[in-house]
Amino acid sequence: MSEPARKVLIVDDEPNIVTALEFLLKRSGYDVRLATDGGQALREVDDYRPDVVLLDVMMPVKSGYEVCQKLRERPDLAGIRIVMLSAKGSEAEVNKGLSLGADLYITKPFSTRELVATIDRLFDPDGSPAA
Amino acid sequence: MLQGWVIVVTSFAYLGLLFGIAYYADHRADSGRPVVNSPYVYSLSLAVYATAWTFYGSVGRAASDGVGFLPIYIGPTLAIALWWIVMRKILRISKQNRITSLADFAASRYGKSALLGGMVTIFAVIVIVPYISLQLKAISNSFAILVQYPQIVMPAKVDAAPVLRDTALWVALILALFTIAFGTRHLDAAEHHPGMVAAIAFESLVKLLAFVAVGVFVTWGIYDGFGDVFARAAAEPKLAPLLTPLEGVAGGYASWVWLTILSMLAIMFLPRQFQVTVIENANESHLKKAIWVFPLYMLAINIFVLPIAFGGRLHFPAGNIDADTFVLTLPMAEQKEMLALLVFIGGLSAATGMVIVETIALSTMVCNDLLMPVLLRLKRLRIYLYFRLAGEAYALVSIGLISFAGAAQFAPAILGGIFWRGATRRGALAGLLAGFAVWLYTLLLPALARSGWLPISFLEQGPAGIELLRPLALFGLGGLDQITHAMIWSMFANIGLYVGVSLAGTPSPEERRQASVFVDVFRHESGGARFWRGTASAGDLQLVLARFIGAAAAESTLSEYRRARGLPWSGAGFEADAEFVHFVETQLAGAIGSSSARIMIASAVKEEALNPDEVGAILDEASQVVVYSHRLEQKSRELEAATAELRAANERLKELDRLKDDFISTVTHELRTPLTSIRAFSEILLADPDVEREERIRFLGIITSETERLTRLINQVLDMAVFKEKGVQLVAQLPERAPPVLADVDRLIQVLLNLLSNALKFSPEGSGRVDVRLTEQPGELRVDVRDNGPGVRREDQRFVFDKFWQAGDTLVAKPPGTGLGLHISRQIVEHFGGRMWLESREGEGACFSFTLPLNPQGAAGGDGAADIRSGARAPSRETRKVPGEDNQEAT
Repeated sequence: MSEPARKVLIVDDEPNIVTALEFLLKRSGYDVRLATDGGQALREVDDYRPDVVLLDVMMPVKSGYEVCQKLRERPDLAGIRIVMLSAKGSEAEVNKGLSLGADLYITKPFSTRELVATIDRLFDPDGSPAA
Repeated sequence: MLQGWVIVVTSFAYLGLLFGIAYYADHRADSGRPVVNSPYVYSLSLAVYATAWTFYGSVGRAASDGVGFLPIYIGPTLAIALWWIVMRKILRISKQNRITSLADFAASRYGKSALLGGMVTIFAVIVIVPYISLQLKAISNSFAILVQYPQIVMPAKVDAAPVLRDTALWVALILALFTIAFGTRHLDAAEHHPGMVAAIAFESLVKLLAFVAVGVFVTWGIYDGFGDVFARAAAEPKLAPLLTPLEGVAGGYASWVWLTILSMLAIMFLPRQFQVTVIENANESHLKKAIWVFPLYMLAINIFVLPIAFGGRLHFPAGNIDADTFVLTLPMAEQKEMLALLVFIGGLSAATGMVIVETIALSTMVCNDLLMPVLLRLKRLRIYLYFRLAGEAYALVSIGLISFAGAAQFAPAILGGIFWRGATRRGALAGLLAGFAVWLYTLLLPALARSGWLPISFLEQGPAGIELLRPLALFGLGGLDQITHAMIWSMFANIGLYVGVSLAGTPSPEERRQASVFVDVFRHESGGARFWRGTASAGDLQLVLARFIGAAAAESTLSEYRRARGLPWSGAGFEADAEFVHFVETQLAGAIGSSSARIMIASAVKEEALNPDEVGAILDEASQVVVYSHRLEQKSRELEAATAELRAANERLKELDRLKDDFISTVTHELRTPLTSIRAFSEILLADPDVEREERIRFLGIITSETERLTRLINQVLDMAVFKEKGVQLVAQLPERAPPVLADVDRLIQVLLNLLSNALKFSPEGSGRVDVRLTEQPGELRVDVRDNGPGVRREDQRFVFDKFWQAGDTLVAKPPGTGLGLHISRQIVEHFGGRMWLESREGEGACFSFTLPLNPQGAAGGDGAADIRSGARAPSRETRKVPGEDNQEAT
C-alpha cells in the first residue's frame, strides 16, 4: 500500500468488541481510532476525518442512529462511509440504519474475515478478490 | 146491571184478545212479515208509560193539586225532543252491542261488569215491584168498585178479602201466563218480543180510547164543554186555587222543576221504557216518528184529566169518593154501565201493559244478569205477595213517583256512560249505591213507616231521635215536598260520587275499550262500509304504499296489478275501487302488519277518526315491536360490552406481545454482545497462529470472561421465568426520570437480579408479591426490593450478607443457590461507593435496599477507571436492561 493508510473510526461501548475490531483492522493496515459513545464519536470525526466509521447502535449518550443522522446532515462529511454494527438484527432495525444514511448494516456476531473483506471492498470495489 | 161474571168474562175476553194479537204478531214475525215493523206501533208501544197510574192516578192528583199532575207528562215530552241526540245513541249502542236490558247496558258500558249488572237488576226489582203491585191493586180496586154497581162504594181493605177470591191474584196469574207465553220466546239474541209489542200497542189504543171516552162524556155529557167545567170549578172556592198553575203544587217551582226532570229521566230509565224504546226497537228510523207521535199521545190522554178531576170534585163534593176513582165512578154515577165497563177495560189494559213489559224487562235482567231463570216463573207470585204486603198507605201517584225516583238513579251512570269517556266502573257503582241508599232512606222507608211497618216516630224524630237525619228533611233540608227532597239528595249523592270516584280513579283497559265503543258509537261505524265506497285516488294510495315499501317497489307492484287487470293508468286522478284498495292494503300489511295497514289506508282514503279497537290493535303491534327493539337494544348493549371487553383483552394481549418482543429483543441483544466478542477473538486466534503470546492470553481471558457473562445472562433469564411459574406479582415503582450514576451496568443488573431472585425464592407461591422501588435521595439513588415472604429472623439478619450463609436449617432443607449471591451483591454495591442493608421482621417479609452515589459529572464518564469500564447510563436504559421490571403487573 503506497498511499497513506485509510482511516477507520471504531465507535462501540463494548470494550472487548472495540479491542477485537482494533486488532483486526490494524492488522489489515488501517489507521484506527476509538470512541466509546456517540458524543465522543462526533468529536473524533471532526478531529480525525476518518474514511470509514464503524458504528455501534446501542450506545450511551447518543445512539448509533443519532450519530449517523448527524454525520449525514453535514455535506462536508459526505464522503465518509458508515458501517453500522448492531446486535439488533431485525429487518426494521436494518432498514432504519440504511434509511438514515448508513452504507452497510452488519449484525453481531459477525465473521471477522467477512467484516474486514467488506471494509476492504468499500475502498476498492473492483480490487476485491471476491468481486 | 153489571154482574161480577160479566166483568170477569169481559176481562178474560179482553185478555184473550191480547193473547190473540200477540200470537198473531209472533206468527207474522216468524214468517218474515212482522206487523211490529211500523213507526206507529213503536210509538204506541212507548205509551206503556201511561199506566193505571196515569189512567186513574193523574185525575186523583189533579183533583188535589190542579195542574200539578202535568210535570209527569211535560217531562217525557221535553225528553223526547232530546231523543235524537240521546236515545238514538243508546239505540245504536244497544244494537251494535246486542244489549238485552238496562242492566246489560250499564254492565257492558263499564267494562262488562257483572257486579254492576247485578246491582242494577236488584235495584230495578226493588224499585219496580211496588209499582207493579200498584197496578195489580188498581185492577182489583176498580173491579171491587165496579162490582158494586150501581152503588158507589170505596173498596174495603184488600187484606180483608180471602186470597182465592182476590181478583189481584187471578190477574197476576193470567199476566204471568202471558209473560211466559210471549216474553220467554226469544226470536233472536237481542230479546225481541214482537207479539208483546203488538199487544202493548193495542193496549195503548184501548186505554186512550177509554180515557178519551170518559173525558168526552164528562165534558160534554155531564157538563157543557171545557168552558163550563172550568167556570164551575172557578166558582167553587175550594177548587179555584187549583186553576193557578204553580199554586197547586206543593213545594212550588222547585217541585215543578224536579218532577219534570224526574219524568224526563223516567221515560228513559224505567226498565219497561228501556225495554220498549231500546230493546224492542226494530228500526232506528222509527224514532223519528215517535218523537212527535208520542207527545201527541201524551197530550191526548191528558187533555181530559182536569175536566174529569173538576167534574169529580163537583159531582162528589162530600169527598167520600177517592179522587183516584173518578174516571170509573163518574160514569157509574151517571148510570153509564157500558162506559164504566170500557173504563175498567181501559184501566186493565193500562195496568196489564205496564206489568207485562215491566216483568219481561225485569225477568230479562234477572235471567241475564242474576242468572236466576227460575224466578221467571215465580215472579208473578212474588209480585202478588208484595202487593198483599205493601199496604195502601199511599195514593197510586205516590208509589209511582217513588218508582220514578228510583229509576232516575240509573240516569247518571247511563247518560254519563254514553257521553263521558272518563266514567269508570267504580264511579258508576259508587253513584248507584249512594243514590239508592238515599232513595231507600228518604222515600221507601218513609213509605214503609206510613204503612205501619216502621214506627212513625222514625219519620218525625229521625232514627234514634237524631233530627238531622229525619228521612223527610235530611240534614235540615225542609220545606220541600218529599220527591223533590229525595231527588235533590239522591242525585247529589249519586252524581257526586259517580263523577268524583270516576275522576279519582283510572278506567281499566276493558273499561276504556267499552267506553270508546259506547261514546264513539257513531264515529265507530263510519270507518267500515262507507270506507270501501270511499273516495280515494289511486295516487294517494300509491304514495302511502311507497312510503312503506319504497317508491320503486310500489310502482312496479301497482303496474303489475294494472297489467294483470288491463287497467288504464291515469295517475292521481284514478278513482280507487274496493278491490284496488284491498290490494294495496294487502301489500301494506305484508310490510307493516294488518291493523297498521288498515289505519294507513283509512288515513289515505279519508280523514277518519281512528277506530279505538284498531288503535288498540296497532298499539299491540307497536308494543310488540317496542319489546323486540328493547331486546335488540339489550343485545346490542351486551355485544358492545363484550366488544369492549374483547378490545381491552386484545389491547392487553398486544401490550403483553409488545413486552414479550421487547423482552426477546433485549435478551437477544444482551446475549449477542458477549457472543460477538467471543466469536471475534476465537476467529482471530484461529486464523492467526502468530498472535503474540501476551496478546493471545489477553484475548483468551476476554473470551473466558465473556463466556461467564453469557452464562450469567442465561441464568438470569431462567430466573425471570420463575416469576411466571410461581405466580409472583412483580410491581415496579420507578420515577419518570432519574439522574445517572457511575457504575457497571452488568454488575448492577447482577445485583438487582440477585435481590429479585432472592425475593422470588422466598415469596409464597400464588400470592407472592415483589415490590421494586427506585427513589432519589440527597446525593444518592436508592433501590428497595421488598418481598412478602416469611422474613428473616432477627438473630439471622447480621449473617445474611456472609459468604455461604443460607436461610433455614441447611441440614434439613437446603434452598437452591450457592449462598454467595447476597455477599457478592453487597461487595459490588460497596465497590461503587454505595451501601446495602436488610430490613425485616419475621413473618412480614424482607426488604433489601442499596444506594449508589450520584455522579456529579453526568455523561463525562469513561475516563479509565479499571472496573468502571463503561460510562454512566441513563436509568431508562438501566431499567430496560432488566426485563419485566417496568411491567407493573408482570406475574
